[in-house]
Amino acid sequence: MIRFKDVSKQYSTKDGGLTAVNDVNIEINDGEIFGIVGYSGAGKSTLVRMLDGLEAPSTGEIDIDGTDVAKLNGSALRKQRQKIGMIFQHFNLLWSRTVIDNVALPLEIAKVPKTKRVQRAEELIKLVGLEGREHSYPSELSGGQKQRVGIARALANEPTILISDEATSALDPDTTNEVLELLLKINKEMNLTILLITHEMHAIAKTCDKVAVMDSGRVVESGTVFEVFRHPQQQVTKNFVSEEFTTQKGDTTMTLEELVKKYPEGQLIRLVFHGPQAELPIVSDVIKRYPDLTISIISGAIHQTQEGALGSLDLQFIGDEAKINDALEYLKKMRVGTEVIHHE
Amino acid sequence: MSNTTGLKSYFQFHNVDWSAMMSATWETIWMTLLSMVAVVVFGIILGLILYETRSKSGWGFKVINWVVGLLVNIFRSIPYIILIILLLPVSKTLVGTIIGPKAALPSLIVSAAPFYARMVESYFREVDSGVIEAVESMGATTWGVITKVLLPESKPALIAGATVTTISLIGYTAMAGAIGAGGLGNLVYQEGFQAYNNTVTLVGTVIICLFVFVVQFVGDRFVKWTDKRTL
Ligand SMILES: Nc1ncnc2c1ncn2[C@@H]1O[C@H](COP(=O)(O)OP(=O)(O)O)[C@@H](O)[C@H]1O
Ligand SMILES: [Mg+2]
Repeated sequence: MIRFKDVSKQYSTKDGGLTAVNDVNIEINDGEIFGIVGYSGAGKSTLVRMLDGLEAPSTGEIDIDGTDVAKLNGSALRKQRQKIGMIFQHFNLLWSRTVIDNVALPLEIAKVPKTKRVQRAEELIKLVGLEGREHSYPSELSGGQKQRVGIARALANEPTILISDEATSALDPDTTNEVLELLLKINKEMNLTILLITHEMHAIAKTCDKVAVMDSGRVVESGTVFEVFRHPQQQVTKNFVSEEFTTQKGDTTMTLEELVKKYPEGQLIRLVFHGPQAELPIVSDVIKRYPDLTISIISGAIHQTQEGALGSLDLQFIGDEAKINDALEYLKKMRVGTEVIHHE
Repeated sequence: MSNTTGLKSYFQFHNVDWSAMMSATWETIWMTLLSMVAVVVFGIILGLILYETRSKSGWGFKVINWVVGLLVNIFRSIPYIILIILLLPVSKTLVGTIIGPKAALPSLIVSAAPFYARMVESYFREVDSGVIEAVESMGATTWGVITKVLLPESKPALIAGATVTTISLIGYTAMAGAIGAGGLGNLVYQEGFQAYNNTVTLVGTVIICLFVFVVQFVGDRFVKWTDKRTL
């Protein structure tokens, strides 16, 4: 169990004080995949660096299984760090070492005897699917392969927590999916708690159980991925969710602005529903109930999350404002998430 | 002795004492290599001190950084020919003599080590900070970071820098030779200049050039061999 309690971090810079993390409270259960999403500069890296004791919080407590990490130092802190594996956006492998020597590095640091190191490193290389590349150097590998080495290395000391800081941000979409699949597999097989930091809602939807949204150092929203996707409360969250819904669709990919430009009339409304609701004839109900409204379907998308399918449907409503509002009320009653994307 | 003048004077090979040339060459080679080893060792130690104390808080680190930095800058800026003379008493105390190749070693080391130390510091600063942080997050100590990251990851640069430094050391040994430290510099000064034997000057020049080429070649090879960044 990881618990951030009233955690803040201030930096003093030449331009004065800067609050990178502002009064954060988060609880993460063992074995969970917990997502932290936010734009660049939101304070995500600072937050997890504090978890690993690479940075000390200005105020607050960071508790891992009853130990306050912020109070550790010297060899106790180094011992604690061995229980946390980290993977990074730019992999941070040593180019001077081969794959197997990179994977064995944490074991060298933990003073594990040589034969055991080699054995464990070989197991891990197999786990991440890099057999046959043991003696390659990082410069001979693709981005996805480098990140696999990073993952193997992070797992070397049998950590209980894995922190992934933008680990897929430098990878193409297919490779991103492969790496996310690998993280899911590791989470299940090793019962590892994973903190997944990203600015891509897609990665969160695919892997996480819970998510916290960060903005300017604060956690502005958190909960299960399903709930947050269905009923985003804050504007940042809405942006992330709709980015995810609009950037998923191959050649019909359109940003919100493009949608608005193309369908300037009436109101553009996004419906968000999940499995059971999708089976009800909700849209045809609305059309029947409000015959005065012209309703066109613009686009739709389905997402698989850890808790089931989540769909989105963008509709254009043209007609009397009051009628449109009635229709929206009706949809809400049917427990369909609605969001007005554009209002003429 | 030769009385030839003009361009012909370069090619009077019968006037060359080859055994003296050989022993002068060996003196130059071992003066250079011995001082190179010491320069690399001291340079890396000083470079590490400069690097490690650079951005640490605490006035102890700041004082060390300032003192070492100052000494390095002072000795780096003294022209070598003056430094030898300045260090003559030190040579006398340390190696018991002020003439011969041994006497040149202290001044060779003192002049080149600070030069190399600054290079080493900058190579360490170029090591990817993300990699250092990754290794710290594995629970490495400062010493662990030095031995597992800083030194291996900057090895090609350290070798390239040592090559450049060694080549300038060859130049210094020649200068030291002129004031009695032995080696090719000494031979060329006494035979070539004072005794007007231009052939000795030419042969000495060729040998020094060959030595420089060999050092450069070997250095380049090692750099290529250790650099796994681009394969
Ligand atoms: N060592 C530091 N010194 C000063 N400011 C920092 C430092 N590290 C991070 N910051 C600032 O803290 C804020 C949050 O940074 P970061 O945690 O890296 O954000 P994220 O990972 O979400 O992109 C940024 O404004 C950044 O400039
Ligand atoms: Mg970051």
